[in-house]
Amino acid sequence: MTEKTKVIITASPHVRSPDSTTKIMWSVVISLLPVIASSIYFFGPSAILVIIASVAGCLITERMFGSNPGSVADGSAMITGLLLGLCLPPGFPLWMAFLGGVFGMGFGKLIYGGLGQNIFNPALVGRAFLQAAFPVAITTWPSGTQHWWNLQGDNFALPFMTPRPDTVTAATPLGNLKFGDDPVATPILDLLLGTINGSVGETSAVLILLGGIYLAVRGHLNWHIPVSIFVTTFVVSGLFYVIGISQFSPWFMLFSGGLMLGAWYMATDMVTSPLSTKGCWLFGFGIGLLTVIIRIWGGLPEGVMYSILLMNALVPFINRVTQPRLFGTSKKKKEAGE
Amino acid sequence: MKGLPSFKHGVHPPENKDITSGIASKRFPFPKEVILPLSQHIGTPAKALVKAGDHVERGDVIAEAAGFISSTVHATAAGTVKSIELWPHPNGLMVPSIRITVDQSSSQMRRNRMVPRWQDVKDEDLSKEIAKAGIVGLGGAAFPSHVKLCPPEDQPVELLIINGSECEPYLTSDHRVMLEQPEMVYEGIRIELKALGITRCVIGIENNKPDAIEMMRKTRPADLDAKIQPLTVKYPQGAEKMLIKAVMGREVPSGALPSAIGAMVQNVATAANVAAVFQTGHPLIERIMTVSGRGIRRPGNWKIPFGTKLRDVIEHCGGMTDDTVEILFGGPMMGQAISDLDVPVLKGTGGILVLTKDECKRQDILPCIRCGKCLEACPIFLNPQWMKDLAKAERFEELVEEAHLNDCMLCGCCSFICPSNIPLSQYFAMSKTQLRRLPKS
Repeated sequence: MTEKTKVIITASPHVRSPDSTTKIMWSVVISLLPVIASSIYFFGPSAILVIIASVAGCLITERMFGSNPGSVADGSAMITGLLLGLCLPPGFPLWMAFLGGVFGMGFGKLIYGGLGQNIFNPALVGRAFLQAAFPVAITTWPSGTQHWWNLQGDNFALPFMTPRPDTVTAATPLGNLKFGDDPVATPILDLLLGTINGSVGETSAVLILLGGIYLAVRGHLNWHIPVSIFVTTFVVSGLFYVIGISQFSPWFMLFSGGLMLGAWYMATDMVTSPLSTKGCWLFGFGIGLLTVIIRIWGGLPEGVMYSILLMNALVPFINRVTQPRLFGTSKKKKEAGE
Repeated sequence: MKGLPSFKHGVHPPENKDITSGIASKRFPFPKEVILPLSQHIGTPAKALVKAGDHVERGDVIAEAAGFISSTVHATAAGTVKSIELWPHPNGLMVPSIRITVDQSSSQMRRNRMVPRWQDVKDEDLSKEIAKAGIVGLGGAAFPSHVKLCPPEDQPVELLIINGSECEPYLTSDHRVMLEQPEMVYEGIRIELKALGITRCVIGIENNKPDAIEMMRKTRPADLDAKIQPLTVKYPQGAEKMLIKAVMGREVPSGALPSAIGAMVQNVATAANVAAVFQTGHPLIERIMTVSGRGIRRPGNWKIPFGTKLRDVIEHCGGMTDDTVEILFGGPMMGQAISDLDVPVLKGTGGILVLTKDECKRQDILPCIRCGKCLEACPIFLNPQWMKDLAKAERFEELVEEAHLNDCMLCGCCSFICPSNIPLSQYFAMSKTQLRRLPKS
């Protein structure tokens, strides 16, 4: 021991759990890799191009306007970019995808003050913006190309030019069942595997489920939210199906559209979801209910995005009403006291 | 481990108890000098009875308790009082302290006090004897034991709970007490039961100490109504309220003392020392401390006289490794970082930890991502995420009235679990300090 030994003085606790925010973020990115790989398998180069464009939009915006130059490294901008790319159609013009990333990052997150401050999920803010700005492009679903390497649409359309619809389009399973001339429910097996039409990364329910379970097991995701969403969606849509109001079977509801990706990856965004377990059950219930309502009665085939955004707005309220019960007090007493 | 009683929430820090749990405790050699602060623990500072030049024998009273929540200070080694001066205290402040130059030629035999057989002492007078011996809770807070043994009259204690959980990582001093002096623990239990006028007691021990559970079972006197209760290994199992919840299944009402539900908690080492007072007539002048951490070359469990300087302890234990970054009194979850090697070890010092860079990694503080892990960790069911915002904004009234800051025991679970490394419990400790300074309105 020498006199020169320097020690640090910190407040307790002096040991920390090995989990870190950065680690959580990057493990989310890793869990998405199978989904990304499958999207390339299903949709060819178009898929990866769309993802790259939206990721680029997010990363560049975070780097330029983020709170500090190192904030890109925390991985949150990467997640936003990936998720946005994954919920766009494969034939989507790249400049629009890029713009969606910029908007989602800038107006969905950075203007609130960056990581941890935003109210709405930034990827969904980006998508909502694109839905409003380019309603045609974002609902143009190619029906598959002859060769794997063909582009799925006019990915390279110039900015502010109308993309040329030179591919054959087809409806997604949800759109088909709702608005199609000859509505047929897509077999559940196709929905599970992903051999269907849809957004870049929303087709394979199985891979999303695996990624979500991986995160849940590692404690990087609050499993109460997806479970609550699925139970609500299943029960509510099952009820409507049984009494004959809707043509969507509960299994079809679960595995079609953006519900899997939304429930596992977007609703569970820690920043924009409630704090307590009770709050998470409530949050998931709201998303499930709204999704079913929009899907059955709404003007759009899909309702996951707006359901999550609407429930995001309610999170501060949910947090208020689901304050934990203080140790050594009873619930009734507390309510009477306040 | 399933099925064992526990409490809700809590965390699982790495235990690191195997470094010292198998090392029998040894007597620590007397240092050249001992430093005895007049305020060693919670409560009013004691009043010095000696002056420079006085000769003191080991065990002599050198400062008397001033008030009810205060504790007597005894000389922990024979020698000469050098001075009474300001000296660095583990809490970081300079505190009036009695410096005693230890008499190297002395045999350090303790001057025995006349102590009656505890069986002959009236129940209500036992706590006075315990107060005279300067016994405090050895679990960490060092709360004077005689105060605990006199619960409010309208809240009679029905059950004595002996705390052998030792949930702080690294620390093994209570573990060694249970292994090495179980009969002393039982003797102490008998005395405390008599002082409280009750007969029932439960000994709670975390399940990571099977040998201690076994030893306590083996040595349990047949006529004593003592139950040994293995507990789930979880931090902070040793916190009073958590232990009571695990053992009795009941929550101590917010803001109340454990006696409100008829319970009292005493640490195993405290019980053993209460017994020692009546067996040998010796006051509390030394205790088993764990010296551990990867930064100390010779870790172990030592019976160290209070007032021994940290410098002497580290030197005797082989010194520190070069990658040492932090020295603590107490466990890593609630312990106090020490900046000065001249600081003396005190009654509340259950362990001295020398931690290396690998053991306490410093990580950057990132923004809160509202993951809610702190809510899932808090054993008191507070909302640390919200409290942190209130504390930052110095909205103290809301912090106390609505967010229940006063119920926070600063166990550190929230800070431990936070993936963004936000020093949550530090905010709460600072708020508590600031509130204490504010004039009461």
